[in-house]
Amino acid sequence: MDGLFVSFDLTIAWALLLAFAIYVYVVLDGFDLGIGILYPFFPEKKDRDLLMNTVAPVWDGNETWLVLGGGGLFAAFPLAYAILMPALYPPMIAMLLALVFRGVAFEYRWRATSRLSEKAWDGAFIGGSALAAFAQGIALGAILQGIEVEGRQYAGGWWDWLTPFSILTGFSVMAGYALLGACWLNMKLEGDVQHRVRRIARILALLTVFFIVAVSLATPFLEASYWLRWFGWPNMLATAPVPIAVGLITVLLGRSLFAHGRDWLPLVLTLLLFLLCFLGLGLSIWPDVVPGEVTIWDAASPQKSQAFMFVGAIVLVPIILAYTAYAYWVFRGKLDPEQGYH
Amino acid sequence: MDTFLGFDAVLLARIQFGFTVAFHFIFPAFSIGLASYLAVLNALWLRRRDPAYLALFKYWLKIFAISFAMGVVSGIVMSYQFGTNWSAYADLTGPVLGPLMAYEVLTAFFLEAGFLGIMLFGREKVGDGLHMFACLMVAVGTAISASWIISVNSWMHTPQGYIIGDTGQFLPEDWFEVIFNPSFPYRLAHSLTAAYLTTAFVVGGVGAFHLLRGHRVNRAVRIMFSMSMWMAALVAPVQIFLGDAHGLNTLEHQPAKVMAMEGHFESHPDGAPLILFGLPDQEAGEMRYAVEIPNLSSLILKHDWNAPLAGLDTIPDDEEPPVAIVFWTFRVMIAIGMAMLGIGLWSLWARWRGTLYTQRWLHRGALLMAPSGFVAVTAGWMTTEVGRQPYTVYGLLRTADSVSPLGAQAVGTSLIAFIVIYFTVFGAGALYILRLMSRPPEPNERGVRVEPGPIRTSGITPAAQEQDTSATQKPAE
Repeated sequence: MDGLFVSFDLTIAWALLLAFAIYVYVVLDGFDLGIGILYPFFPEKKDRDLLMNTVAPVWDGNETWLVLGGGGLFAAFPLAYAILMPALYPPMIAMLLALVFRGVAFEYRWRATSRLSEKAWDGAFIGGSALAAFAQGIALGAILQGIEVEGRQYAGGWWDWLTPFSILTGFSVMAGYALLGACWLNMKLEGDVQHRVRRIARILALLTVFFIVAVSLATPFLEASYWLRWFGWPNMLATAPVPIAVGLITVLLGRSLFAHGRDWLPLVLTLLLFLLCFLGLGLSIWPDVVPGEVTIWDAASPQKSQAFMFVGAIVLVPIILAYTAYAYWVFRGKLDPEQGYH
Repeated sequence: MDTFLGFDAVLLARIQFGFTVAFHFIFPAFSIGLASYLAVLNALWLRRRDPAYLALFKYWLKIFAISFAMGVVSGIVMSYQFGTNWSAYADLTGPVLGPLMAYEVLTAFFLEAGFLGIMLFGREKVGDGLHMFACLMVAVGTAISASWIISVNSWMHTPQGYIIGDTGQFLPEDWFEVIFNPSFPYRLAHSLTAAYLTTAFVVGGVGAFHLLRGHRVNRAVRIMFSMSMWMAALVAPVQIFLGDAHGLNTLEHQPAKVMAMEGHFESHPDGAPLILFGLPDQEAGEMRYAVEIPNLSSLILKHDWNAPLAGLDTIPDDEEPPVAIVFWTFRVMIAIGMAMLGIGLWSLWARWRGTLYTQRWLHRGALLMAPSGFVAVTAGWMTTEVGRQPYTVYGLLRTADSVSPLGAQAVGTSLIAFIVIYFTVFGAGALYILRLMSRPPEPNERGVRVEPGPIRTSGITPAAQEQDTSATQKPAE
């Protein structure tokens, strides 16, 4: 089996595969968390039921990509997993507990018998979604700004992750997820609710672009290598298309949020925007997994482990994508507020 | 030494892992069994077109939805616990164990989650055939998931198929040996059977409760009680046999654990007694107030009255597991197993006499035993996990060398957060489940998420939203 893989670098393949899994997670769970963040703008029970029903059949699958991200990192890059998790301890724990709250709210909300307990689970859904998004943003910022490593272990304190930059990235991810959520709802709903969602989406699009610009401007100042990557010559030739494309998509997104018809377009454009941000982040840290400290090759598990999993992943990931797509297809289309489709 | 409320970081991390995994273990134990039960009920409905099966399917589906959600969220926590609290362990075992867990995600979690939506809400949208397929995929997914994670767990008990690399990491040498390590088949059979039994007793308890409440003519109640009593009668003996085989396997690979289970502080060169009860005193190295049956332990473990059995006196003190926990949890598990067998036999007798649905004492017994599976599963799990202390990878990696470089305060604070939140969230979930169980299945049982439904309260009739069922609607209770 080893001979089969000499022609290309499995470690790079795994880095790309994990990046893909994380992107799919962001794409799928992003709108799902975003709906929780948008809940406060829809205080009426009728609307809230509708919002939640748009994701009820698929949210389990969406969160599974997060498990794949964690499990895949553990399997393909165990050293990175072992350094990052303790370094990000408080945000990670906060994210996990937040996901507990919002996850169970999907089921409990319909079981609550009093107004009070229903309000409480709505609160859990809102708080859990917002905190999970914020913690993911914090984790992103903390990785970008660098992590102290000694030997094969994290060597910093348990508050190192908390900086103005990581708070900025925290709010950025919240805004971005809320935008994804609004675009999803724009696609799934109609009538008055859709109008309200659209108005919110326009504001969120502005906010998200503002955060993208802010994070992009701050990032090159964190590490010299980031600066060289983005502004050094001739690297700039390779990196410049990313911000240019961001600008272009922003314009298209703005237009699509004012135009009529093609309700799927804002969601697709926002996903492209996320993809570009993702590319930008990748360009900044490549080929490190702990920036400035550990490269993907340092952290990689042996070829035997990566090859064993790769065979499975190549076969299974397309199958998973196929039946995930099927599940979405089954529950496709606008949700009729008069019916509640399940 | 760095401590939090008097505990050091290693102990806090152990408590945290034990706490989160114990909660997580309870939901899958129930979900694995319930997913299969639902698939069986749905198949019976499709085959016989007897509405009682459809009513039962819908009744348990609502309970399954809640239990599954709790399993998902507590499972996400587990996939990150290795890194957050056990980073040294994660670094060292990642190359061997990581791929198995990645396979669990790829082959099982996605399958379950992908088809769950269709199983819960999709019967009308995809038709009976595909809906049945979705039910099967969810049931199979839970069993695949259990297989991978138990393989991982078993490798930590009986590691093989690895070499140790320059960095001190365990590196894979032979995947077949890693996955099919010596304790894996026994542990898998014993755990899966435990999950099915646990669910059977929950179902039986609910059935018994409604029989006691006078719903004897409700066919769905009778069917669920009868099915679960068949499970108890047929599977409890199988489980006792599997448990014995697993014990013998443990004796071969982890003798110190069996010594702690048996409470054998001393070696017995000519036949060891079976200690029924006693107070283990690990410091003194003796069993106080022991009630014992001479030579029986040798008969059980070695199938020979007079076979010699070594005791904990042959194990260095710093390699002994904590005896009292292992000794007691083992007895709790055994006692429940025997009680399950008793209920099974009793039900056979009642069935033969034609009094299965009228013997109130049998129903009381079954009701009392409803939660027993959870207790047995947790106790058995504690026996095996505490019994392999002080190691995470048996004989090779000590627990104390596995933890993250975190202060006791960080671990302690997060532990308190986990305890408070888990009890609140999963306590509420348990209450919702109990409330669903407290009423009997109705002939026109509603599907998931219809009562106390969201949309009905906003003025729309239940019939309008009830696409899930073609049966006629019943007014809200």
